[in-house]
Amino acid sequence: MTTPKVNANHAPAVKEIHVVWMTTGLSCDGDSVSTTAASLPSIEDVVLGAIPGLPKVHLHNPVLAYEVGDDFMQYWHKAAAGELEPFVLVLEGSVPNEEIKSEGYWAAMGTDPNTGQPITTNEWIDRLAPKATAVIAAGTCATYGGIHAMQGNPTGAMGLADYLGWNWRSKAGLPIVNVPGCPVQPDNMMETLLYLLYQVAGLAPMIPLDDQLRPTWLFGKTVHEGCDRGSYYEQGDFAHEYGSPKCLVKIGCWGPVVNCNVTKRGWMDGIGGCPNVGGICIACTMPGFPDKFMPFMDEPPGATFSSMLISSYGPLIRSLRAITNRAVNQEPKWRHRGPELTTGYEPDYYGEGNGAPNGNGHAHHQHHH
Amino acid sequence: MNWDPITRIVGSLGIYTKIDFEQKKVAECHSTSSIFRGYSIFMKNKDPRDTHFITSRICGICGDNHATCSVYAQNMAYGIKTPPLGEWIVNLGEAAEYMFDHCIFQDNLVGVDYCEMMVRETNPSVWEKAKRTEAPHAQDHGYRTIAEIMTALNPFQGEFYREALVMSRLTREMFCLMEGRHVHPSTLYPGGVGTVPSIQVFTDYLVRLTKYAEFMKKVIPLHDDLFDFFYQALPGYEGVGRRRILLGCWGSFQDPDVCDYRYETMERWGRSMFVTPGIVVDGELVTTSLVDINVGMRILLGSSYYEDWEESETFVQEDPLGNPIDQKHPWNQTTIPKPQKRDFDSRYTWVMSPRWLDKRTGDHLALDTGGGPIARLWTTALAGLVDIGYVQAPGDKTVRIRLPKTATKPEKEFVWKIPQWSNAIERNRARSYFQAYAAAVGLYCCEKAMQEVHAGRTQTFTPFKVPDEAIGCGFHEAVRGVLSHHLVIRNGRVANYHPYPPTPWNASPRDIYGTPGPYEDAIQNTPIFEENGPDKFKGIDIMRAVRSFDPCLPCGVHMYLGPGKQLELTHTPTGMLGLNKRTANKTAVLK
Repeated sequence: MTTPKVNANHAPAVKEIHVVWMTTGLSCDGDSVSTTAASLPSIEDVVLGAIPGLPKVHLHNPVLAYEVGDDFMQYWHKAAAGELEPFVLVLEGSVPNEEIKSEGYWAAMGTDPNTGQPITTNEWIDRLAPKATAVIAAGTCATYGGIHAMQGNPTGAMGLADYLGWNWRSKAGLPIVNVPGCPVQPDNMMETLLYLLYQVAGLAPMIPLDDQLRPTWLFGKTVHEGCDRGSYYEQGDFAHEYGSPKCLVKIGCWGPVVNCNVTKRGWMDGIGGCPNVGGICIACTMPGFPDKFMPFMDEPPGATFSSMLISSYGPLIRSLRAITNRAVNQEPKWRHRGPELTTGYEPDYYGEGNGAPNGNGHAHHQHHH
Repeated sequence: MNWDPITRIVGSLGIYTKIDFEQKKVAECHSTSSIFRGYSIFMKNKDPRDTHFITSRICGICGDNHATCSVYAQNMAYGIKTPPLGEWIVNLGEAAEYMFDHCIFQDNLVGVDYCEMMVRETNPSVWEKAKRTEAPHAQDHGYRTIAEIMTALNPFQGEFYREALVMSRLTREMFCLMEGRHVHPSTLYPGGVGTVPSIQVFTDYLVRLTKYAEFMKKVIPLHDDLFDFFYQALPGYEGVGRRRILLGCWGSFQDPDVCDYRYETMERWGRSMFVTPGIVVDGELVTTSLVDINVGMRILLGSSYYEDWEESETFVQEDPLGNPIDQKHPWNQTTIPKPQKRDFDSRYTWVMSPRWLDKRTGDHLALDTGGGPIARLWTTALAGLVDIGYVQAPGDKTVRIRLPKTATKPEKEFVWKIPQWSNAIERNRARSYFQAYAAAVGLYCCEKAMQEVHAGRTQTFTPFKVPDEAIGCGFHEAVRGVLSHHLVIRNGRVANYHPYPPTPWNASPRDIYGTPGPYEDAIQNTPIFEENGPDKFKGIDIMRAVRSFDPCLPCGVHMYLGPGKQLELTHTPTGMLGLNKRTANKTAVLK
């Protein structure tokens, strides 16, 4: 009788791996903080090696790091020099457009010893992304631009894939892995990281992603499809005021067209969430967030029609929803590279843009044009 | 030598320091921020009802404080008040936020500065002494010596470090019960909450709360032992992070029996908050009036990457009580970014300089929050207004916090006394006591909420219409200190919106009058106790000084270690200009 193959006996394809986690996009650090709330698995489960078969994980995250200053930044410099092998790069926060002004910085980390000026986040992305085995965009800011890429924003912010290009691949052949959410649902983030660690260890196939680069098992269903208030919808019984236990679509919930599992998973270990506990879904996981969903507290435009017809025209509603779902799965057109700011904000004191004259069209998402 | 970033904080702040190793002092310090996002710009012309959702995203650890403060400002603008049960639910959410955030910051971020690994690395003699020093409250927390406490604080490996992480999750679950999701809430609205007020939701909260209360009976004695040991082991340690006593607190936890959100009655309902608003100057309580606090706010430039808005529109000439509103007040601010090179001789940060005009002296005071708790406890203790059974401020310069019996520990009263100094150790100690304070407020609000439910008063939301023209302001305590939101509505849209969180107050640069911000002058006074010389210097005393303020912005600290050149400790800004230039030149040479 042979012993079955188990992960505990598996020698990972790599013995050690580093996680280089940047919080210096235009962010609130909320995705790092959210990740400390994860329990399935927790950060300490992964760092202390509690899960069989994984390589040893060295986490370099500024919110949690023991090291300070140069002692901390050495991992960034080593990673950029190809001396931190292998590593997963995590980006938190939107990528600002540093090309729309003549000088200064929107977002930076560390100081360039030659100039005494801050090293921009974009410069770090340019240095680190080519060396990374895998790249995770954590949270809606990093994935699609999010709140800081709202219409009228002064920084020209965008998502990581808008910056690197939607067809970008890591040196190991992985696309950017997007884990949207504002902030990320804690266990969604840690589970995605865990999957990639399994993949790097040789214990899992290529991570399955949809066309918005989201893990399919986390974002393949809509909020509505997992919502425990769905039966109210089915009965045409709607809340008209906040605080009601009924379906919230008439007071601003976008759940029927939003890809997110929070109604199934809750926020922490099954507790909390959004429509299931009385909060309208404002679509914070979506590429079109926030612009395509504001004002948040009004009934979504398609909801009047579909909630009216709910009982007899199910198939029709499904196809109408699919149209809306496709529309809100696209980012607004002003999130792009290049020296032009097209968000609607008109700056007086930026000077001339410092980018290439015709921008950097190759980075644009093909779905968007 | 260049230190960037400071880790174990949240946010965007940098501090440049020149160390005088011969005198063992920090000789000069500049505070700078490395992120600009532009909330006040992109919120213009948006629907005012979106503002709490949007402003929550300012902060990833206390976003709900912003959402709550925005709701307060909107309530004022819309002329509505939250039903009592809705207000208790908001209070319970905010209490859980304080419990969570102070817990993770104190024991997973700040705590590492006092852990075995760090102390052995920076002060081996202190570590030796810690091994020989018995912990006075060992029976309460279970660690026999100070060294055992330090070992328990080691990151990930330490037992107490891991316990605190787990408690930070338990309290976030409590938060999610009330406000849906952490850190950007889903169930919070102007006029109330969408949370369904079932019996179960309060049971689920209360049971978790009792576990946290039990944890507090261990945490406070543990931190008292640890912090007292530093005073004892390193005589003079009270100088670390010490600055003039200039504390602001904007008040927390509304009393729904009093609060109607009208500006005209704001003084009254402000004073009925369960944490009293106020300003303390040199130990004296100058005011507890939210109107005084509001009218005195000034946003100054001087060292920031913005253009002046003197010529821009004046949105609010006078407040609803007829007090004139200055052009430098947040209601009248126009944010005009001007990205440029960093230059410590002129402009070096994205942070502006919020100040409070002291009418008695005409001074624009650089108030700090001390990371929140020390200012909250100080104003509450001096005012002597709070009495909610579990928390009392009897007016004798103390705050008394009573935690009832829990599973394995008897009832316990903790007494916070006004300390001698506003310094790093006392900021940290106050944080532990305020964790218990928040738990005690949680107990009170949970009981009040359940009384409402038992009486059948289950309304949590008040319907409203957005007026065409209105102004509003919200005052609250973010976890790490003062928080205000100022809103102007025209044609039913946002005409102006300016939030002022605690970190702009604490991390502000030199203003037009040359007054340094709180980090700058607190660090400028800090003596160096670290045993390492310039070659292995960790800057631990400076780190402890900065982190005691609970910085909350993506942040970096940069230090320049001048080779031997001695600098006089100085606060005169004109004198600093010359020094800065020399420092910058020296930096170039060093590198």
